[in-house]
Amino acid sequence: MSIDFSVVWQQLPQILSAFWNTIWIWIVATILAVLLGFVVAGLRRYGPLWLNLLLRLYVEVIRGTPFLIQLFLLYFGGPFIGLSLEPIPAGLLGMTVYGSAYFSEIFRAGFAAIPPGHVEAAECVGLSRGQIVRRILVPEMTMLVLPQLVNMAIILMKETAILSIITVPELTLVVGAIGSQQYAFVEAMTMLALFYWALVEISDWLGRLAEKKLSKFRFAV
Amino acid sequence: MSTRLFELMLWAAGKTVLLSAISIAIGLAIGLLVCAAKLSPRRLLSIPATVYVSLFRGVPLLVQLLLIYNLLPVLGILVPSEVAAIAGLSLCTAAYQAENLRGGFNSVPRGLIEAADMVGMSPWQQLRRIRAPIAFRLTLPALVNEMILILKASSLISVVGVIELTRMAQNLSASTFRPLLFYSVAGAIYLVICWLVAGGGSLAERLMRTGSSR
Repeated sequence: MSIDFSVVWQQLPQILSAFWNTIWIWIVATILAVLLGFVVAGLRRYGPLWLNLLLRLYVEVIRGTPFLIQLFLLYFGGPFIGLSLEPIPAGLLGMTVYGSAYFSEIFRAGFAAIPPGHVEAAECVGLSRGQIVRRILVPEMTMLVLPQLVNMAIILMKETAILSIITVPELTLVVGAIGSQQYAFVEAMTMLALFYWALVEISDWLGRLAEKKLSKFRFAV
Repeated sequence: MSTRLFELMLWAAGKTVLLSAISIAIGLAIGLLVCAAKLSPRRLLSIPATVYVSLFRGVPLLVQLLLIYNLLPVLGILVPSEVAAIAGLSLCTAAYQAENLRGGFNSVPRGLIEAADMVGMSPWQQLRRIRAPIAFRLTLPALVNEMILILKASSLISVVGVIELTRMAQNLSASTFRPLLFYSVAGAIYLVICWLVAGGGSLAERLMRTGSSR
């Protein structure tokens, strides 16, 4: 058994570009998933009953099936219904849909946790419905659900590795390929694992920092 | 889809359930050890346990599986891919289960432990009669949740060459050229299994609640 880590460093430009792909796909998909999840949660709460039931089915199906199956369905099944996507758009779309179901459940719990008295008080002082959403509901809920949002964003960071299976050129795919070409797969994967570990720990730390900074806006219950 | 192909899918679903169940059980055993080490006042035990939990929760499961699958032969350990897959899933779920158990043990009311001290129970008796049963009851929902997560995550072991539900769907859609059908059926089977586990979990919770009527 011989372990030689130097081979990995010779491919640095390729690795950096894959790193960039992992990061931007993660950030863009997370933002889109948060927005979509918010819309789903809002429609479920304020929309008609049939829409609520339909969206509940959507959330249950997405949360009850593996991300990999969803990706395969989108990437390999999509062309049969006229949806032919390149790997990166397919990965972005898949991740957005997948994340939105989880985020919508977080927002749903957040909506439910806001004391009704706050909304009633806002109505009493004559705020319009839009103002209540913008000034009361959204800020209060954001504070309530921030820890779970950060947690889910970190889970999505790790899920980006799965995109390698549908050939999105992100870190796992590129580092794995380099490892295979150089007959140094274990070395490459070890470095990759350590790298993800660092990335997750840093994101976790940043998330906690943000929570601490924002906690002064938290309302007293 | 012919009944023969559907039978193949069901057989593969059985394998998914079997491999997930084995991994959850082994993961629970390792998780208990890691949890005990993490709660230990000895830093020689608690620091490695903390690193273990952080590492296995911080690295994507896919990367862990690829690493373990390729590392074992380098170390001279030649095992079937199923064993490597179970090892990967168990080591990963152990880290999550250790954290769940730690939460459970930390939530046992202090007063109960003090009361047990007062009536002269030994630490072992306290663990067996008071702390473990309460912690188990408190962590049951998290355990059920972890079962569902592992059932879904087990789709990743298709990548290391284990024929389970996802791999079977992959093979059948490649040979029949009908990916929409086979991935939908696979998704529906996963959904039904997850619902069954969730239903079983809430049933167990309800039974335990009536069992603990005070």
